[in-house]
Parts: sequence; structure tokens; C-alpha cells
Amino acid sequence: MGRARTIARRSFLIGSAAILGGVAFGAYIVNRPTPNPLLDDLGEGEAALTPFVKITPEGITLIVPRADVGQGIASTQAMLIAEELDIDPATATLDPGQPHPAYFNGSVSAESIPFPAWDDGRVATTVRDLMITASRLTGSQFTGGSSSTADLHETLRHAGATARETLKAAASARTGVATADLRTEDGHVILPDETRIPYTDLASDAAAIEPVTDVALRPAAEWRRLGKPYQRLDIVAKSTGTQDYGIDVVLPGMLHATVRANPGRGGAMASYSTDAALAMRGVRSVIEVNEGLAVIADNTWFAFQAADALEIDWLAPDYPASSTEMWEALSAAHIEENRNSRLRDDGDVEGTLTGAGVIEAEYRTPFLAHAALEPLSATVLVDAESVTIWTATQVPHVIRDAAAQMTGLDKAQVTLHVLPAGGSFGRRLDHDYVLQAIQISTSMPGTPIKTTWSREEDMTHDFPRPLHMARARGTVASGRVVGYDLDTISPSLLQSWFGRVFFVPPGPDVMLAWGAFDQPYAIPNYRVTGYAAPQLMPIGSWRSPGACSNSFFHEGFLSELIHAAGADPLEERLRLIDNADSRRVLDAVGEMASWSGSDIGLGRGRGIAFAHTHGVPVAEVIDVTMTDRGIRIDDVWIAADCGTVFDPVNAEAQLTGGAIFGLGHAINCELTYENHAVQQTNFDVFEGMRLHQTPRFHTRLLERAEKVRGIGEPTTAPAAPALADAIFAATGQRLREMPFNKLIDFV
Amino acid sequence: MQLSVNGKSHELDLPEDMPLLWVLRDGLNITSVKYGCGIAQCGACTVHIDGAAVRSCQVALGDIWGPVTTIEALGTPDALHAIQEAWIAHQVAQCGYCQSGQIMQAADLLANNPAPSDDDIDDAMSGNLCRCGTYPRIRAAIHSAATALKET
Repeated sequence: MGRARTIARRSFLIGSAAILGGVAFGAYIVNRPTPNPLLDDLGEGEAALTPFVKITPEGITLIVPRADVGQGIASTQAMLIAEELDIDPATATLDPGQPHPAYFNGSVSAESIPFPAWDDGRVATTVRDLMITASRLTGSQFTGGSSSTADLHETLRHAGATARETLKAAASARTGVATADLRTEDGHVILPDETRIPYTDLASDAAAIEPVTDVALRPAAEWRRLGKPYQRLDIVAKSTGTQDYGIDVVLPGMLHATVRANPGRGGAMASYSTDAALAMRGVRSVIEVNEGLAVIADNTWFAFQAADALEIDWLAPDYPASSTEMWEALSAAHIEENRNSRLRDDGDVEGTLTGAGVIEAEYRTPFLAHAALEPLSATVLVDAESVTIWTATQVPHVIRDAAAQMTGLDKAQVTLHVLPAGGSFGRRLDHDYVLQAIQISTSMPGTPIKTTWSREEDMTHDFPRPLHMARARGTVASGRVVGYDLDTISPSLLQSWFGRVFFVPPGPDVMLAWGAFDQPYAIPNYRVTGYAAPQLMPIGSWRSPGACSNSFFHEGFLSELIHAAGADPLEERLRLIDNADSRRVLDAVGEMASWSGSDIGLGRGRGIAFAHTHGVPVAEVIDVTMTDRGIRIDDVWIAADCGTVFDPVNAEAQLTGGAIFGLGHAINCELTYENHAVQQTNFDVFEGMRLHQTPRFHTRLLERAEKVRGIGEPTTAPAAPALADAIFAATGQRLREMPFNKLIDFV
Repeated sequence: MQLSVNGKSHELDLPEDMPLLWVLRDGLNITSVKYGCGIAQCGACTVHIDGAAVRSCQVALGDIWGPVTTIEALGTPDALHAIQEAWIAHQVAQCGYCQSGQIMQAADLLANNPAPSDDDIDDAMSGNLCRCGTYPRIRAAIHSAATALKET
């Protein structure tokens, strides 16, 4: 281990201790059970047997605290509880619950450490445990990082099992039948004589006894629902127009608002005139909010029209005004004083990478918007005693705390209704739109106001994926890759996003090098160095942060080296990779695609890429054909291993959807800036993939890995380098910059 | 202004230049019709006028030339249309925000072309954006729905 790596990790460890408020917290504090938030407002005859299961005479409610932004996690959470509880989850009510430390996310913190996810050594394992403890103490309730299933699959099954055994104990106390002679089925406790007692009848009895927590989980062989194809619980609503999203809230007496903010994100206003806007039909008022002005009107259309009529003289924010200047600043930031991490430093890179045989390349990725199809919105009702918020968010605890602080009310006076999101891709890990909605509603106490951003506002005021670049050097000898040195350069997401929403922890920004330092290649001389450039503009977490750019750099340049070595792209990766789970997905994808090299005939090409992100090894093979209308993507093969799969139909949707997300943006999306304003404000110039470009998909989940992982992000990162590799095979043109359509045409 | 939506007539006090999208959403609380772009680039607001798919964000209230139908008129959770049954069988939706528009566009396609090829589906559906990437299942669901509709 190199010295820089040691220092980076040591400073990180000390930082982690600081977050915990010192390492000497007592075992009691760490180990005591998290309080059950459902106990606070139970009615007569109601029971909250765990923080995740509430039973009343009317029915069963399952608390599913991880936000559903389309990935289907509401269903998966319910299914995990239901498997042990022995209920049909379709008969239960699903509730995201109120923000509470009982719903903390430990897994996302455990994988935000300067160690690769596949490192199961003592130090890495100890640090992960420390981070889980930290999350437990801070109660961070966070949906993201493909962590939900990994984090909750045991907790939720335990919750179901605890509730089931407690209900059996209650039935035993009532009937005198020993619990060993009771069984459960479809929401009932069943006596030996087949008498069926509904759970709902046992609620008040169960509430009066201590929950039975010492319960073993059922082995996979006994599962009746998990691991088998089942219907998403929201699929009927989402196929009939009856699913309500955050933007669909309708309340009696509700008004509608929108926001017009400085196109230069974070810049102030010099002056403004509201006269024209206030004279328009249906406009109630115009007020100042964070970053600009808001119009409150009788409907959204009136608000949009009036927002366009506002005359505002904006002040420039204090960062470069154009993409050209930003690229210059980023390129200039590749200097020693910006060195942030060197978490991979094997062999003798300096000694190996000398002389004429050294291959060099530079790679770049642009700013990208999240552009979820549902524009950002939040509905807020403020009065003297309470704040009530309806919105879609991945950080409910942050919103609850901010609402209390902004209104001067107690956290307990804040009620947050978390609604399904029409996509997010990381955007709802920020809460700027909710803060504005609280400001707007505070101006009219007692009136619920729905604030909706226009698409143009949504794109202009995204916190985009950052500009990112890499400079790479490598050498080959005797048909093998022997030296690889990657410098990855970007503004720090940790500084920008974490600083804005949470706090900036000490230590290196591991996200900056995700998808590069943590790849399980055993190249003999191998180094990855992260450079944190000065901030260019506020940036945010975008599906597979860091890795969505680094994987393109890392795999792209590896392909260049393998080509220079004259080796087979699949065989050389298999030779270099020192990780059984990873080798297995490469073997699988090769078998699925009948791999026999990248040459698949005239005018065609086959590419491959591998990435290990979010703890999941993924290999993708892509075939393309050159047509007279441009490159056509024909087929995509994906092999991945996220351990046990609980929800196979939905997991397959995430495999393909994640890859389509990676491919579409690589082909045709970028945000560019002039005079501080983004130049792409709608889907006419920021499309992503459309149906006619969508290839055939062939997927396989191996279920051999030991740990359970999430699958919402891992297929995104390797999609772009696999496509670039295929295009090289077909055309001989090496793509080192996104979007690819700047360099080559697509169908 | 008079407006017929899903067989019901409404008297509306709204301006003639207000897009049908916002008339439906904010005027009539029919929120199945989604706002995604406002410039006919995403298809989330697709409804039928006189049985043909249109982008409701581009049709002003004063210009509406026939009865409007939204997905509620196609089918409901208790009485699903064959297209919706196919959408459910293939578990198309992820976030689901675009799917009302996708289904209304598919209904227009299948009404005019009972057995569409992949190319026909590409042509008809490429104006409907899905940011989650549900396209492979949309394609499969349209083929299934076409088969089911032929058998009825």
C-alpha cells in the first residue's frame, strides 16, 4: 500500500470518528433498540409490532421507508415483510412512514469508504461496521446508492417474523393453545382445529405483550413469494393512470405556484419588476424565494405564463460563464495540489511507464441533467402550529429538519407525505425545490400551495452530473497489459452535493474515483489518482455517480491497451481480473453472446466492458451495425451478480433500464453553458434513448455472490464503454468523448 | 367554454389559449394526463380527440375539434382494456409517469394497425419518451395486445 493511500485512508478513519462524536461512545448507545415511531400515535385496538408493521382492526399497514422513484422498491420492501408475516402484500396498505432514525440506511455509508466493495479484508470490514454505526446514530434515512435491498432485506424479513410470532403469542394467550401448535397463513393465525383468527382481531392483544424478537428467518428454500416472478404492487395503478405522483396532489382550496430562478445557478437578483406578471389573469402574488421569484396563481398555466412575464436583472454567479471556460479550468486543475486520493497504487508505475512505447489518451464526459419525466414539485400547507408537505424525495429526514428550521416549529410539528416519483436518477437527493415550496406557502398561511417547476426550470436548475476528464497512460508487452496509470479529474461531488444537503465529511472524495480505483484488475503496475478540481458550478449525484464517467475512461483506455497488445478483449480481462464473482459474469456474458472476438463481419462490430460498481460485477457485450442512417445498436447482453434476487421481474427491468440510461446519454446528451445559462432546456435537445434506437436485450443474474446488493445503478456505467468499444470494432474510430453523436451518426 | 371529456360535458371559465393539458389537470383534476415538456417532445400528455392521439400540451382549449378521451375512458383497474392487461402482464412501468401517454399512443396505433411490425411500433411510439427505459417491454406489450385484440 502506497503512502498516499495510507494517509488518505487514515484521514478518512479519523474523520469517521469525528462524525461519531468520538470513538468512545458507549455500547449501550450503539446497541440499544431504535425507538419505534409508530408507538407514538396508536389508537385503541391498534398495534405497532415493529417500526415496519402496524395492525389495526381495519387492516395491516406496512411501512416501506425507502423512496420509490421508479425502481420498484416499495413493492420489494412490502414483499420482504410479507414473506415472513404470511400475508398477501396486495391486501396491505403501503406507507412510506414519517422520517425517523428507525429507518436509517447503514449500507450506503458502509460502501462510501476508500476501499473497493470487493475488499473483505479486516480493515475494510471494520470500517464498514463503523460507518453503519455512524448511520445508526445520525439516523440518516437516505434512498440511493443502490443500497435499499442490501440494507433492508434482513431488517424487513425480521420485522415480518417478529410481527408474526408476536401475533401467535397473542393468539396463544387468548386460546391457551401453545404457540408451537399454531401456524399462520394469509393474514390469519390458525389453531389446530383449523379455526382462523384474523391478525386484525389480534391487534389489541398483541399490543399488550412484549414483541417476540428472537426469531430465525426462513431459509430461501421455504420462500413462497421472494425470488419468484410477482406483480409489482403499483403496476395496475401505473397502467391505468390512477397512480398519484407528487405533482398530482389536489387539495381543497389549493393554489398553484411556479418559480423563476437565476439561470446562473446560485446568482442573485440586481432588480426586478413584477408589474406585468401581477396584471395577468389569475395571478395572486409574486414573492422572493431562494435564487429568484415565485408566482402564486389560480392554476399552473397562469403561474407559468406570469413567470415568463417577470422582468428580472440577474447578477452573475462566481464561477466560469461558459462550457469552454469550464473545460479550461478543469484541464488546468490537473496539478499536484489538487490531488485528492490515490486509492490504487500497485507495482512500479513510474518505472514501467517510460520510453517511447507508452500509450496516452485523454477522455471527457459532459455535464448531464437528471431530467426525470416528472418535473420537480412540492405541495406545502403552513399554519401557526404545523407544516404539512407532500412531495417525492430521497432525503425525507433532511426535509423534515429544514421545514422545522425555516418555520421555527418543532420537528414533531412537521408532517411529510412522501409520494411516488416520476423518476429521479439522483435529482431528489437534493431538496432545493421543497425549500422554495416551503417559502412560497409560508407567505400564505392556511392555504395549501402546489409549486411546480416548468421543464425549462427543471433543466436550467438541475444539479447536473459534473464535467469529468481523465488522462491515462499505459504500456503493453508480450501481448499483455502491464502498466496502467489513470488520473481522474473532476470537481468534488462530496464538496458540492454533500455540503449542500448534509455536511462535508473529512477525507478523500471516493466518489470522484468510483468506477476506477475499485476495479478488481490485477494489472502488475496499476495506479489510479483522483484530482478534485475547484468547483465550477453546483453539481449533483447522477445515476452511478463517479462511475458513470470513470467506467467510460477506465474501460475505454483498457480497451485501447488490449487492442495495442493484440489480445482478445474478453480473454485479457479474464486474465487480469482477480475476483471470482467478476470472472464469473465475464464468463457468462461470453457464453450468452457466443463470444469469439470483436470481429463479427463487415460493417459490424462487437464491444465489451466490465464494471464493478455498488458491489455488483457487471459485464456487457454490445453488437452494432453501420447503416446508411448511422450506427444501429442491435443487441446487448448483460451478466451481473447482485447475490440473491428477491424480485426477479423488477431486477430485469433495472438491468435493461440502467443500460438504456447509460447508452442514451452517451449517444446524444450534454448540457453546455453560455453566459452562465444552460443551453439545453427541454427534450428537443436532450433526448436520451427513444424506442426506435432501443436494441434487443439478453440478461442474466447469476445469484452466486455472497452479499445481497442493489441493481438500480450497476448496469449504467459499463454501457457507454461497451458501445464505444463496439463502434471501434465496426469503424476503427475510438470515441473518447461524450456525447458520441458529436463524432458519429446514430440511427 | 364547453368541453366534452370521457363522455361528460363540462362548462369551463378558462381562457381559450389555455392548453388542454392544463385544462384537464388543473381545471378538471384529471391528473392521469401528465406534464413532461410542454412542447410535444415527450408524449406524456397524450390524449385522444375524436379518437386520435394528440399532445394535449399543444391544443388550445379554443381549438378543440371533438370529444376528448383520457386513459380513464380506455379502461379502469376493475375493467381493464386489453392494452392495459398487456402492460400489466409485461410489467412495463417503472416510475410509470409516461405510461398513460404511452398507452394512449399505443391505442391509437392498434386502432389503425391491428398487427404492427417492430418498425410500425418504432414509427408510432418514438415520440413518447421513457426516461426509465421501459422500451423493450413496451414493444413486447404492444405485440401481446395486438394478438389479444385480434382474438376478441
